[in-house]
Amino acid sequence: MRAAIEVAGVPLEADCAGALYWPEEELLAVSDLHFEKGSSYAARGMLLPPYDTAATLAALSGVIAQYDPRTVVTLGDSFHDNDGPSRLSASDRASLGQLQRGRDWIWIAGNHDSEMARMAREIGGVFAHTLSIGPLTFRHIPEGAEGEIAGHLHPSARISWRGRSIVRRCFAADAGRMVMPAFGAYTGGLSIRDRAFAAVFGTRDFMAHMLGGRRLYAFSAAHCL
Amino acid sequence: MPPADSLTTVPLLPDVFQRWFAQRGWTPRPHQLALLEHAKARRSTLLIAPTGAGKTLAGFLPTLVELDEQRHAGAPRKTRGQGTDRAMPPRSSLVSTGRNVARSGGLHTLYISPLKALAVDIARNLETPVAEMGLPIRIETRTGDTPASKRQRQRRDPPDILLTTPEQLALLLATADGPFLFSSLRRVVLDELHSLVTSKRGDLLALDLARLFRLAPQLTTVGLSATVADPAELCRYLVPQPPAGAAQADLVVAEGGAAPVVTMLDTAEHLPWAGHSARHALTEIYALIKLHKTTLVFVNTRMQAEMIFQELWRINDDGLAIALHHGSLDVEQRRKVENAMAAGRLRAVVCTSSLDLGVDWGDVDLVINVGAPKGSSRLLQRIGRANHRMDEPSRGVLVPANRFEVLECTAAIAAVAQNAQDTPPLRTGALDVLAQHVLGCACGEPFLAEELYAEVRQAAPYTSLTRADFDSVVDFVATGGYALKVYERFAKIKQTKDGRWRITHPLVAQRYRMNVGTIVEADMLKVRLVRSRASKHGYAGPIARGGKLLGQVEEYFIETLTPGDTFVFSGEILRYEAIVEDEVYVSRAADEDPKIPSYEGGKFPLSTYLADRVRHLLAEPSAWRVLPDQVREWLDIQKWRSLIPAAGDLLVETFPRADKSYLVCYPFEGRLAHQTLGMLLTRRLERARLRPLGFVANEYALAVWGLGDPALAIRRGELSLAELFDQDMLGDDLEAWLAESALMKRTFRNCAIIAGLIERRYPGEEKSRRQMTISTDLVYDVLRKHQPDHVLLRAAREDAATGLLDIRRLGAMLSRIRGRIIHKELDRVSPLAVPVLLEIGAEMVYGEASDVLLAEAEADLVKEAMG
Repeated sequence: MRAAIEVAGVPLEADCAGALYWPEEELLAVSDLHFEKGSSYAARGMLLPPYDTAATLAALSGVIAQYDPRTVVTLGDSFHDNDGPSRLSASDRASLGQLQRGRDWIWIAGNHDSEMARMAREIGGVFAHTLSIGPLTFRHIPEGAEGEIAGHLHPSARISWRGRSIVRRCFAADAGRMVMPAFGAYTGGLSIRDRAFAAVFGTRDFMAHMLGGRRLYAFSAAHCL
Repeated sequence: MPPADSLTTVPLLPDVFQRWFAQRGWTPRPHQLALLEHAKARRSTLLIAPTGAGKTLAGFLPTLVELDEQRHAGAPRKTRGQGTDRAMPPRSSLVSTGRNVARSGGLHTLYISPLKALAVDIARNLETPVAEMGLPIRIETRTGDTPASKRQRQRRDPPDILLTTPEQLALLLATADGPFLFSSLRRVVLDELHSLVTSKRGDLLALDLARLFRLAPQLTTVGLSATVADPAELCRYLVPQPPAGAAQADLVVAEGGAAPVVTMLDTAEHLPWAGHSARHALTEIYALIKLHKTTLVFVNTRMQAEMIFQELWRINDDGLAIALHHGSLDVEQRRKVENAMAAGRLRAVVCTSSLDLGVDWGDVDLVINVGAPKGSSRLLQRIGRANHRMDEPSRGVLVPANRFEVLECTAAIAAVAQNAQDTPPLRTGALDVLAQHVLGCACGEPFLAEELYAEVRQAAPYTSLTRADFDSVVDFVATGGYALKVYERFAKIKQTKDGRWRITHPLVAQRYRMNVGTIVEADMLKVRLVRSRASKHGYAGPIARGGKLLGQVEEYFIETLTPGDTFVFSGEILRYEAIVEDEVYVSRAADEDPKIPSYEGGKFPLSTYLADRVRHLLAEPSAWRVLPDQVREWLDIQKWRSLIPAAGDLLVETFPRADKSYLVCYPFEGRLAHQTLGMLLTRRLERARLRPLGFVANEYALAVWGLGDPALAIRRGELSLAELFDQDMLGDDLEAWLAESALMKRTFRNCAIIAGLIERRYPGEEKSRRQMTISTDLVYDVLRKHQPDHVLLRAAREDAATGLLDIRRLGAMLSRIRGRIIHKELDRVSPLAVPVLLEIGAEMVYGEASDVLLAEAEADLVKEAMG
């Protein structure tokens, strides 16, 4: 299920899987996929299960099937490091190719995969630093500008209710800008009460749309712990 | 006591020892001599002895005697810091490398204790007789606190006797010095063995013992233990097990002291229905403290300890020296309390199980146990600490905190009178511990799979390990154990041409050594004192630099607090300011009323044995004579309004209350198993469209409430209690729940850390848990979906069977009550249900479908906003 959120006057739909859909443009955005994070850690001695790319691709396949977008935009850090594409398994590579078929695919470069220009040649799609369409601008690192849809921060919110503490990934948004949740299977979260978010939203209050199993739950950031 | 001129002492004890005993006015005890005899006969032995029976001396006497005899026989000896006799090759040529190199100069005796403080204290105590007898024996300790330079020197130039912890032993075996240090080993003394074997630490120690037996075939072991239910199990633990059948060490049981005198406080105050604070009894507890020299006041949880400590000081008109001791306090502070106790300067110490193990502390003459003791063995061991003169009875007083606990305490007193033990059976060795051990072995020296498998199976907890499981573990250590074989080039260990497994890079060994150990701390945050700052926004950014460390507190607790909330810790009232990395910053808030923490309950649920006794006590109205009036009255009314269940039945009551319908059942299987049952029952009730809203569980009961009426559904034939409580809930329902269960994820995380999948320490940096950029919850989710039979998931399931989820116990209960469910339909709450219902608000709500909570919270805020 999705929640209707407006950014810079543009009606958007936030999906509880963590993807963002722009109906008018038939555009689907996801952020911080961090493909091959598992194998990246393995190279450094932590042998995490090598199934994260497949798991992320499966989730991505789900939202793409649901929305059937004309354009898919990935908001940066799509790979955990610049050698990620070389470690993709044959079957994951094929799955990715399948998802790209029949639609535009735009990889926005992040800080982890800064060499996206080169990488895009290996894995299909086109690369960009930012993407501006109408009032909206898609980029990786948020600057707080009006109309911005960004990633990088992996927003997560915590509320306390009935003596229990609940943490979920979330969309952080106010009327003018949004920071998307991280989509990757192994991605962690940064609390929206961290000052990095204050740098984006200033002293204005903003909403945390927490991802539930079947829908999103909206809380004002001030109410979160 | 045997007469001093007994003929049996002559051949065993050399002169210098006999003289030393005589000088002290002591006679060697029978069990001490028995251990000497067994040692001479080269037999491993288990000694079961109460505190104060000279256990330590019993353990070390064989070693001291042997070393003394060796000296007389002209064998090379270790002098302090210098080289050895001419008969030995000069020290400089004693380079420790490789296998099959027999060097003299290794250790003679190893002493292992669960606590590093214990190892240090015992060493100190041992120095006295050694010095007094003039024995040239080198005794040293090795713990996490031993400076690196000393530890390095110990590997090159080890003492005769080394006192250390299981973790240090694992570390030593993971170096190339293992063969040098241990091939000369004659004896290993294992202290507090009963407490070591109940946990994963015991598994790791067993594996290391098996390795020691291989390195030193002439080795014998001595186990020192309190009384246990099945000594034969400990006897097996002490010796290598053959491929078929079992081998055992010999058993020596010291003559017991006088039987303990345990009573229950018959309070004049009103007995609460629920709660665990025992506030009502504080004046009476204080009065008891005044009557005795030194009293230990045991409680079940840290929070209770804090609370009782606060309350006692409030009424401490006589200014008695009362101290606090629990595991979350700063180490310095704990040591201060321990030293003050030993010096006899304290009148009372309020403590948790943190003081269960330890050196003889002399003049404790009363043990008060607040709240129900969770097991009879645990209680016997605690009471045993009071009054360590063998011929005088130890004294204990039980203080039940509520009416139900009166039943538990009554059962416990009866158990003590029969000296009934309820220690748990020996564990099956954990696979995550084995993984850590396999890597450690590879770090020590390359191994052949067949040989290591045979060695591992000699460890008692691992006798039934299959070759397939062993190979899975080796595969896990090498490349993670994944069906998808993509990590060959990142392997930690590899098989070389000779078939041996060896580590692929020295960094692997370095990282192993930084992370060894099986104790995984619950998610704790360090508590640091700062100056108060009125923080409106509560940003977790830089804050004025913190001051003193007060100890640690559970992360789950802090997570429920808002900046500004206050709580009790370390004897004071603190205000929560902020969390910065893995520390929680607090300031002093002396004037305010502290927030009452939600009660997580004790660490240990009621033991199966005691639970059974309580059920029988309850089922037997004629036995209620011994109970206090208030409790008897409660049960009489229950009998009249509802019914008293027979010991083997499961009573299920249903009744309406305030617009909701309640279903309360009384399994008596402990809080943990009940919580799991609650999770599963609510799923089933949801499917039966009874719209459950929440549940609450305590040690003996489980209450579920909801919008649908179960009584009506039962009358209509739409709901069958037999089906509801069927064992098949442990199938699909359990699986589905385990996917989301926070407790299960925590269990998995512990396994991942122990097995070495997640390393918390890297060379050059300390990655605290909060800084770890990968959450094991995410790994759990992905692994469950893609490789559900992965060795770590299996290890976690095994843990869940008995740990936080207590699934095995739940299964046994469901089996026991088949066909024996008694339903009582009531029109109002029953007396027996009152205590568990009073826990509502302090416990969890419906499942962990926290989406339900999110929805509620959101709706509440909306309502608030809309006015």
